[in-house]
Amino acid sequence: MMRESSFEPRIIAFLCNWCTYTGADLAGTSRLQYPPNVRIIRLMCSGAVDPIYVLKADLAGADGILIGGCHPGDCHYQEGNYKERRRVVALKQILKDAGYDEDRIWIRWISASEGQRFAEAIREITVAMKEKGPNPAKSEWAI
Amino acid sequence: MRISLPVENGDTLQALQGFLQKLLVEGVVDLLLVPMRTPSGTITPALVSDPGLLSQADPLAPVLPVNAATLAGQVSVRKPRPRVGAVLRSCEARALVELVKLQQASLEDMLVIAVDCAGAYGVAEYGKLVSSNGKPKDALWQELFKSARLTPETPPAGLRQACQVCEQPIFDGAQVVIELLEGGLAEQIRLTLPDALGEKLGFTPAEAGDRAQILAKLIEARTARRDVEFAAIRARMEGTENLSSIFAACIRCHNCMTVCPICYCKTCVFKSPIFDHEPMQYSAWTRQKGAYRMPSDTTLFHLTRLNHMALSCVGCGMCSEACPAELPVGMVFRAIGQRVQGVFNYQPGKNVDEKPPLITFKADEWTEVGE
Repeated sequence: MMRESSFEPRIIAFLCNWCTYTGADLAGTSRLQYPPNVRIIRLMCSGAVDPIYVLKADLAGADGILIGGCHPGDCHYQEGNYKERRRVVALKQILKDAGYDEDRIWIRWISASEGQRFAEAIREITVAMKEKGPNPAKSEWAI
Repeated sequence: MRISLPVENGDTLQALQGFLQKLLVEGVVDLLLVPMRTPSGTITPALVSDPGLLSQADPLAPVLPVNAATLAGQVSVRKPRPRVGAVLRSCEARALVELVKLQQASLEDMLVIAVDCAGAYGVAEYGKLVSSNGKPKDALWQELFKSARLTPETPPAGLRQACQVCEQPIFDGAQVVIELLEGGLAEQIRLTLPDALGEKLGFTPAEAGDRAQILAKLIEARTARRDVEFAAIRARMEGTENLSSIFAACIRCHNCMTVCPICYCKTCVFKSPIFDHEPMQYSAWTRQKGAYRMPSDTTLFHLTRLNHMALSCVGCGMCSEACPAELPVGMVFRAIGQRVQGVFNYQPGKNVDEKPPLITFKADEWTEVGE
């Protein structure tokens, strides 16, 4: 129980360069407060987030994983986020059916002007993952 | 058109070989890709240009050494290419359809000759059966087809597990379909082929046999068995187990990947230097958990492979056959594959014009995702 109150989830965020990363930047320059639990990795497009990156983070013990991209229709490369949406739907279904917790994986469309929405997303994910507790993969050595 | 191929002296195989010979002699195709009996008595797929050698062809031998879809891809993927007649079982034909969609094969100059399949034995099991029983050479496949026809609820012992739960024993999407799942194979073989080809070869139309009724019962029995197996493996993964625990004995030989007809990458990411980590990286990971499984990333390997091929998995079961640890790879992948295929309403191997789900999208789907 003590562990739960002191548990700080670690969230890995894969953010697209054009929208969500810039949105995160705006959250910072706007001095918005959000939990310091997120580690951001910038990619050129959410469509560049290969499921293997998400799986590696998950199996290495990341408590939450966020994929951030432009709103549907706004992709800098026209269709990267649409394709990523399908990939994430497939990935989560496969994880669920393979006996893993698919709810550690999040996807959010956040534009460059939505600093507030980015801060809210991180707050929401942090609270939810805190409630869920640590990713069991963190302590499983035989996987 | 549907035609009837007469069988002389009860030698079904010879009649079939005669039909294949015609395809070469009449110049319908340049080569045939067909299971052949080697001088040592084993079965292997081979390309054949000499009609005389087709006396060694044996598409009836109930063994599946490799999924020949991969081979059909090799001889068709780019121009110039020969016109190939590919004699394939249903699971091979369906895998070929997926490879065409993945741009690893082409049907443009190919004549797909689909043989109805009653199932097959693994290579080792088949070897044992052939050397031990001393029965006439046709006995094995005859028993298998008889069982599929008359007692589909109880498949013969030793049949590949993937075949026991295969609910798609036929592939009707081929130009030529050899309809073996019916009675009277000692007198005639029925097959369907394009009208022009039938006329060219001098055939006249014939009536359908009892295949439809036999198929309905066979598919029902196979589906029931499949559902039982799926339920059992799902109960494990929905309970306290997961893919990591079920595959805990994996030795990372990558056989499942090598034999998978859908896994077409020339260099798999798991054979690339990406997974050759720095020595101190292993040290850091070990210290995090106190112990660290080696070789590393075993669960990652299986989950990544699932993400790459589960949507296209045709359930041929080559992975299970190739697993030295005898893990239920095929059953796990099929059970998971069926669910994710359902999400995208996608049936692998069905329609060559349909795009695989992950290379396409619709703007107005899953609109709640990401909001």
